[in-house]
Amino acid sequence: MSEAIAAADMAPPAAGFGEAMRRSLVGRLVREKPLAAVGGAVFLLFLFCGVFADVLAPYGVNETNLAQRLEAPSWSHPFGTDHLGRDVLSRILMGGQLSMVVSFLAAGLATVVSLAIGVVSGYFGGKTDMVMQRGVDAWMTFPDLVLLIVIISVVGPGIPQIVLVLGLLYGIAGSRIVRGAVVSVKENMYTHAAQSIGAPTWHILRRHIVPNVMPVVIVLFTTRIGAVILTEAGLSFLGLGVPPPAPTWGSMLSGTGRTYMYLGPWLALAPGLSLTIVVYAINVYGDGLRDLLDPRMRGTQ
Amino acid sequence: MDPAPLLDISGLCVSFRTDRGLVRAVQDVSLQVRAGETLAIVGESGSGKSVTALSILRLLGEAGRVDAGRIVFDGEDLLALEDRAIRAIRGDRIAMIFQEPMSSLNPVLTIGMQVAEPIRLHRNAPWKDAYERAGELLERVRIPDAAGRLGDYPHQLSGGMRQRVMIAMALACRPRLIIADEPTTALDVTVQAQILELLKELTRQANSALILITHDLGVVARYADRVAVMYAGSIVETAPARALYAAPAHPYTRGLMASIPSIDGAIGARLPTIDGQPPDLARLPPGCAFALRCPHVFETCRATPPALMEAGTAGHLRACHLDADAAGAAVQERT
Repeated sequence: MSEAIAAADMAPPAAGFGEAMRRSLVGRLVREKPLAAVGGAVFLLFLFCGVFADVLAPYGVNETNLAQRLEAPSWSHPFGTDHLGRDVLSRILMGGQLSMVVSFLAAGLATVVSLAIGVVSGYFGGKTDMVMQRGVDAWMTFPDLVLLIVIISVVGPGIPQIVLVLGLLYGIAGSRIVRGAVVSVKENMYTHAAQSIGAPTWHILRRHIVPNVMPVVIVLFTTRIGAVILTEAGLSFLGLGVPPPAPTWGSMLSGTGRTYMYLGPWLALAPGLSLTIVVYAINVYGDGLRDLLDPRMRGTQ
Repeated sequence: MDPAPLLDISGLCVSFRTDRGLVRAVQDVSLQVRAGETLAIVGESGSGKSVTALSILRLLGEAGRVDAGRIVFDGEDLLALEDRAIRAIRGDRIAMIFQEPMSSLNPVLTIGMQVAEPIRLHRNAPWKDAYERAGELLERVRIPDAAGRLGDYPHQLSGGMRQRVMIAMALACRPRLIIADEPTTALDVTVQAQILELLKELTRQANSALILITHDLGVVARYADRVAVMYAGSIVETAPARALYAAPAHPYTRGLMASIPSIDGAIGARLPTIDGQPPDLARLPPGCAFALRCPHVFETCRATPPALMEAGTAGHLRACHLDADAAGAAVQERT
């Protein structure tokens, strides 16, 4: 055939293309998006610390030692100690664990909610879309923090409540983004083509719509993880987060961090920097991942 | 002629809801296609040819509605079927090929998965079998190294190759009827011929019927058995391809034919064109829709719409008030 594209450099046989993709994904991430790879590594490090916090923490979280109050970082206390002589590193590790749990659950829930609302609203359009979007509008007129404060003060602070509220909050707001992507994907010829081969609606949604909005959803998920960590910290700062004595980064910042900032800057720096680094890392990673996962962005050579 | 046609469209009327009210896109269209036959529907943009094709599969979308008419396929009235039943026909017994191979394939699925899709949907085949069959199909549409290409994504293929993939998808369940909506519009001229050749050959092998929607009369001449010329939502002339070329009977068809550049035409000679523009479908004139542009227009044309009537040879119909003798004379005059 006259138009044979150099068949020589085509991909290896199709068998297990998923496996091949997974095998090369890490390699491609490092090669093509070094910054994203570093972000991913940093995030993994935090994740690892979170998962194994119980083992890694050198001291008990709430183990006080009044003889060693407000000590500067040293070999025995790498991040120093707070006003009750508790080891800040141990508390950061345990706080990280909490943050990871809350953020993964809440961001996961938010993504599912966004996807469900966005896909239904965007694909079916018409009256369904109208009704759902006005609901979303109404929800979005309230500032996030106000909603959060009201709901949390009614149901009381606690991890399940926070996950649920943050998940719904970000889920409903994020559905707009998914809906927009669905509307544009729906207009593509391949959606019509799928109808013309007799695919039922759920099949079209699952095979054609959802995979094509995945780049958006992945970014949404990763940015939501960052956002949830920040918001939870904000809530803890206001005293509405995960209740004490559980160590969260937010409450560490607002409590000891703020009070003793001049006597022991490490008390504010440790949780503050942890927050900053993990949120930045995950955003960079999410961006890179999106670029890699989207076959359209792959070089066509 | 053999008894019942495979597809029998009669009196089809389709309208669309628009901001400016209801627009009649297809007006009283009747067509028959027999098994193994290739019917070309020719017309310019907005003439209703694609809408006619889409209504066969009931893919008009929310704004479109069939107001009247029947579409009988293989003894079944497609317009009366339930959604589930029409879905079972789509892609299985009637397949469609769209005009944009660039966007008709899902960019995030491999072509193997996409060609296997109709087989999995209609034959309930396990993945492995469907995938294998997809490989055979790609081979049949002459994609080099077909088995190796199954794992490729659409962006790795050229336009012509993608259209081959679309054809493979359409052929997957051995449909009785294939509707190709301008299958070569987006392709290079050399690739166009290859694709049409392939389409024709494969449909002939399978004794499937083919509806070829096009605005290219050159395509019609080479590949179609019968031709229906559409203008402003109606069929203005229909005839066996040969007869249409020998003696176009409608002034519009004649105008179209005259405006095909000829390879031995004089250099620098102006190409004849049809003056004016197609009418606004929302405000059609009361008489013949072509009256405003017709060189032979007279009083009756502006008042009453013409009906399709036999013009000369059998099976050659046209919708024109100009009587047969005058039409003949007009042809003489021009040549």
